[in-house]
Amino acid sequence: MPGGIYECISLISERITANKDLLTELDREIGDSDHGINMARGFQAVMEKLTPEDTDIGATLKKAGMTLLSKVGGASGPLYGTAYMEAGKITAGKTELTPEDMKAVFEAAIAGIQKRGKAVEGEKTMLDAIIPASTAFSRRLYEGADMAGALDAACEAAREGVEYTKTIIATKGRASYLGERSIGHQDPGATSAMITLEAIRDYIKGK
Amino acid sequence: MKKLINKVDSIVDEMLDGMTAAFPQYVKRLEGFNVLVRSGGNPGKVALVSGGGSGHEPSHGGFVGRGMLDGAVAGEVFTSPTPDQVYEAVKAVNGGKGVLLVIKNYTGDVMNFEMAADMAKDEGIDVEQVIVADDVAVENSTWTTGRRGIAGTVFVHKIAGASAEAGLSLPEVKRVAEKVIANVRSMGMAVNACTVPAAGKPSFELADDEIEIGIGIHGEPGTHREKISDVNGIADKLLGKILAEGIYAAGDEVAVMVNGMGGTPLMELFVANRHVKEVLDSKGIKTARTYVGNYMTSLDMEGFSITLLKLDDELKKFLNAPADTPAFVQF
Repeated sequence: MPGGIYECISLISERITANKDLLTELDREIGDSDHGINMARGFQAVMEKLTPEDTDIGATLKKAGMTLLSKVGGASGPLYGTAYMEAGKITAGKTELTPEDMKAVFEAAIAGIQKRGKAVEGEKTMLDAIIPASTAFSRRLYEGADMAGALDAACEAAREGVEYTKTIIATKGRASYLGERSIGHQDPGATSAMITLEAIRDYIKGK
Repeated sequence: MKKLINKVDSIVDEMLDGMTAAFPQYVKRLEGFNVLVRSGGNPGKVALVSGGGSGHEPSHGGFVGRGMLDGAVAGEVFTSPTPDQVYEAVKAVNGGKGVLLVIKNYTGDVMNFEMAADMAKDEGIDVEQVIVADDVAVENSTWTTGRRGIAGTVFVHKIAGASAEAGLSLPEVKRVAEKVIANVRSMGMAVNACTVPAAGKPSFELADDEIEIGIGIHGEPGTHREKISDVNGIADKLLGKILAEGIYAAGDEVAVMVNGMGGTPLMELFVANRHVKEVLDSKGIKTARTYVGNYMTSLDMEGFSITLLKLDDELKKFLNAPADTPAFVQF
């Protein structure tokens, strides 16, 4: 990834904020009506903390992660906070990311989310968007795609993953209390993960 | 949406200021945090900290005081507080004898409280935790999040709190709390859903003649909906599921809580309790003590939950011990 971690996180923040009502509405159907509200509050705090002078990708991701952790609350705070912090650890000191670095970012974020949330794929969580996206990204890189091409594939896989969450029963998170009644509803966490990935892709392609 | 608020964003902050203004003899706010602690400080005992999303008032700040909690952490409405807030509460109430965290079993609460516990342990504070999961509406399974913590949590505050006040050590207070958790079961229902202020509309819709059975305390829908019946019939259903757990038998002594969800007239709660007592009497289960009122609410939700706690001599002694807090006074 070319530099500009501040600009990239700004775009993520913009997209999350623009989709605040959608995320809250999805959560109202199967959760507790606060996902968009919490994520928007978290990213507002992140943008207050970051400045265009933040160019060290690792340090910036770590700062963003700590802020999400202390401002979002719920399950999303620790999960997204951990994902950003783990991604920050492996990008410390870097101001640009190669496609291989990006692959490692995906993997570190997923490992962090799984460690904190103790979930696996297929439980109707954000992992159902991120894991297929990560796999698609790696596969397209292997097939010779560049960063933008691989991110296109990742976003497509994330979107399919979000669609897939409509068909399955939640077994983790607050939607799990609904059992079979969670079928037919799209997972809010998978949706915010997809929005994040699309923002990253659009940022990279727009440069 | 019609609500008695100023700004949606400042509800929790303004509520906490209002509570400290009303009850300075019991609670004070930790400067800069959404944390209420006992205004008299820790008298040199094991400290109890609980908390969770806001919207469950008087839980948990209303139970800060002598014989119950030492600190309560308030998250945003229906959103777990963040680790830094819980950590500040732990640091503030620790009197050197250690701190017990009382956590309701929700993914977010458990994650945030555990992260706070890790932070406190790094500082050398002795921290233990218990997780309350009393809601029988949700099936327990290794593969799911498991049962929710609802109104039964108040019995954990009361009884573990009394044991700490009596001078028990941290492992002993934890043992008492776990005994309560093992013997307490609850189930709730709603006549009408609640409206989260920031969302602006009811969290689910019910037809005029419909009720939602097995609701939690966050406006999340329940296990199923059905046609409304009289309250005796509804109480039978909730109680039936609780009794089917098989831990309450003829000859046992129980504590009962008929808990309002926030928007239910006390009149209706008493009508429900009348039948709860009849059913327990008919089964030979002795009611040692009954609590009827709003203890663990869900904003303006209309509905109620029933909680039974099986007592032994130790639990009974601590249940009957004095408590003096904004929302729970007993001498």
